[in-house]
Amino acid sequence: MSMKIEDSEVDIVIAALCPNLTSFLEEWQPFFSRFHLIIVKDPDLEDDLQIPAGFDHQVYSKSDMERALSGSSINFSGHSCHYFGYLISRKKYIISIDDDCHPARDNSGALVDPVAQHITNLQTPATPFFFNTLYDPFCQGADFVRGYPFSLRNGVDCILSCGLWLNLADYDAPTQIVKPNERNTRYVDAVMTVPIRAMMPMSGINIGFNREVLGPALVPGLRLVGEGKRRWETVEDIWSGMCAKVVCDHLGCGVKSGLPYVWRKDVDAGNAMESLKKEWEGVKLMEEIVPFFQSVRLPASAITAEDCVVAIAGMVREKLGTLNPVYVQAANAMEAWVKLWKAVGSSKV
Amino acid sequence: MASKESPSVPITPLLKDELDIVIPTIRNLDFLEMWRPFFQPYHLIIVQDGDPSKTINVPEGFDYELYNRNDINRILGPKANCISFKDSACRCFGYMVSKKKYIYTIDDDCFVAKDPSGKEINALEQHIKNLLCPATPFFFNTLYDPYREGADFVRGYPFSLREGAPTAVSHGLWLNIPDYDAPTQLVKPRERNERYVDAVLTIPKGTLFPMCGMNLGFNRELIGPAMYFGLMGDGQPIGRYDDMWAGWCVKVICDHLGLGVKTGLPYIWHSKASNPFVNLKKEYNGIFWQEEMIPFFQAVVLPKECSTVQKCYIELSKQVREKLGKIDPYFNKLADAMVTWIEAWDELNPSGAANGTAKGK
Repeated sequence: MSMKIEDSEVDIVIAALCPNLTSFLEEWQPFFSRFHLIIVKDPDLEDDLQIPAGFDHQVYSKSDMERALSGSSINFSGHSCHYFGYLISRKKYIISIDDDCHPARDNSGALVDPVAQHITNLQTPATPFFFNTLYDPFCQGADFVRGYPFSLRNGVDCILSCGLWLNLADYDAPTQIVKPNERNTRYVDAVMTVPIRAMMPMSGINIGFNREVLGPALVPGLRLVGEGKRRWETVEDIWSGMCAKVVCDHLGCGVKSGLPYVWRKDVDAGNAMESLKKEWEGVKLMEEIVPFFQSVRLPASAITAEDCVVAIAGMVREKLGTLNPVYVQAANAMEAWVKLWKAVGSSKV
Repeated sequence: MASKESPSVPITPLLKDELDIVIPTIRNLDFLEMWRPFFQPYHLIIVQDGDPSKTINVPEGFDYELYNRNDINRILGPKANCISFKDSACRCFGYMVSKKKYIYTIDDDCFVAKDPSGKEINALEQHIKNLLCPATPFFFNTLYDPYREGADFVRGYPFSLREGAPTAVSHGLWLNIPDYDAPTQLVKPRERNERYVDAVLTIPKGTLFPMCGMNLGFNRELIGPAMYFGLMGDGQPIGRYDDMWAGWCVKVICDHLGLGVKTGLPYIWHSKASNPFVNLKKEYNGIFWQEEMIPFFQAVVLPKECSTVQKCYIELSKQVREKLGKIDPYFNKLADAMVTWIEAWDELNPSGAANGTAKGK
């Protein structure tokens, strides 16, 4: 069931929250150069972007967003500008890596190509219905273990691949305040399928996905009132990832987590306290968001990601809307997103 | 047997008086020599399968009790028919007679493995760490075990779930000969597991897995009665599904009672590949039957009134009889044996006397 993904089927989406992408892109050049890059400029960023030569790329900025949005209420500022890249792409697959990440090294010291690994993850089956204790049964040197039913060994399409981070792990602000010096040095050499109905926090820092099937489910829905520009001042990817997981489970597709790793740059730890003020709302909201997504059951009539997102938006409004206005906005944004996705003809690859 | 102090054990063992090591064997226990630095402080329960007139040699210096088939028959009387003969499933007798809080069970062809730095792995110590710290079955942590040094819960993980759940089972893995079924062994006779995955993770609630009994730790007080390894071996139509059966029962009950199951580290070195043709004969029915057993376990709902492991297990046995009985009469026998097992367990482990009563010998 493994298929081959061609380079021409992939767009790499880079969200530019800082103007100078020169060193970032030069460092990633060996892994990015074969691919088309969609570079999306944070609409709040005023300075011009600095992009080195040698990349097949297209830059999108505030004016492009305004033109495409034509009245829609979606807010693409900050990390949410990633989603504009997903919307505007016409490729089947997207890979996205944050602009504060460097290539990591594996346990042998070799540089990791996260693009190739995400592609591998997306082109080999996922196994969400039963846990394989040797993790990915399709990788070299591994297989399904004794007791794994044969009828489940075909697996299903993997449509979302969630990578990890060495050095600065994706912690929330409270954790960073308590452990300002903790760095993730553990390279876990595994990819695994996140089982059906198991929810997880998807970090948008290092992901790959099948845009054609899943695109509409990765939705810029939840914006915190005090949302900031750093990952730990947002929860939009966590919301979007839970939406995506519920949709994947419903569509009978799979989500993988694990390899590849990227190496995430250190930041000024002194900012963590400031970040806490911005993120605290998100930390509290998770207490309501997680039980909500765990309880979502989609109707059999929802057969596409668009259908699923619209259904979930209705449930958000009904079950969470009264708890906090931010959820009403999320529901509105999800519906607007699907409309926009259809209007822009984004599913047509 | 009196224990003999070994001058070479450098580390203070954790839970020395709270953990038994259960080892099924039909041959010999030479493998214990390699494990001596890690196992010697602990009490061993050896379950001798096969011919009871054979003498199993236990290396000097280990504190142990040994049960052969005659002992099992004597202790359990008519209930002994629930304990398998000519199959390592008989090990679960060791769980039943133990009076300790924790069990570690290991096969006699499993040796000490080395981690990527070349250091020998103290598998028992890792299992103890796994069992003593919480599991996180309600929400998947993408950095795996958040309680490990150098790790934590990731952004988005709700704080209300960060205390975790008690860990009932610690499922370890194997380097070298992987735990494959016979068809896979036949197709890939040379495949060896060389990948050291440096992670412990909790298997999410609602997810089943194939539990291997080769390198397994569990909290006997939390889940012991569910660790019945079924009817296998001599006179039975199936073999090599003992641990699988126990694992599915255990997981369903753990999910119901809010307990956690971990998998991953520690690794042991599995040295012996059993004969795949022999295995195929043993597993043959299992390969077909598992196609029905798994959907059965995935659909099991235990009523709220099942508040203890024993109640859950008896309820499970009823559902096995009702839903799997039609596949083959074996399942009716198995359902009976599940009930017998619980009766025997409760007889040998009356409530409130988990640690105090005399040994069965």
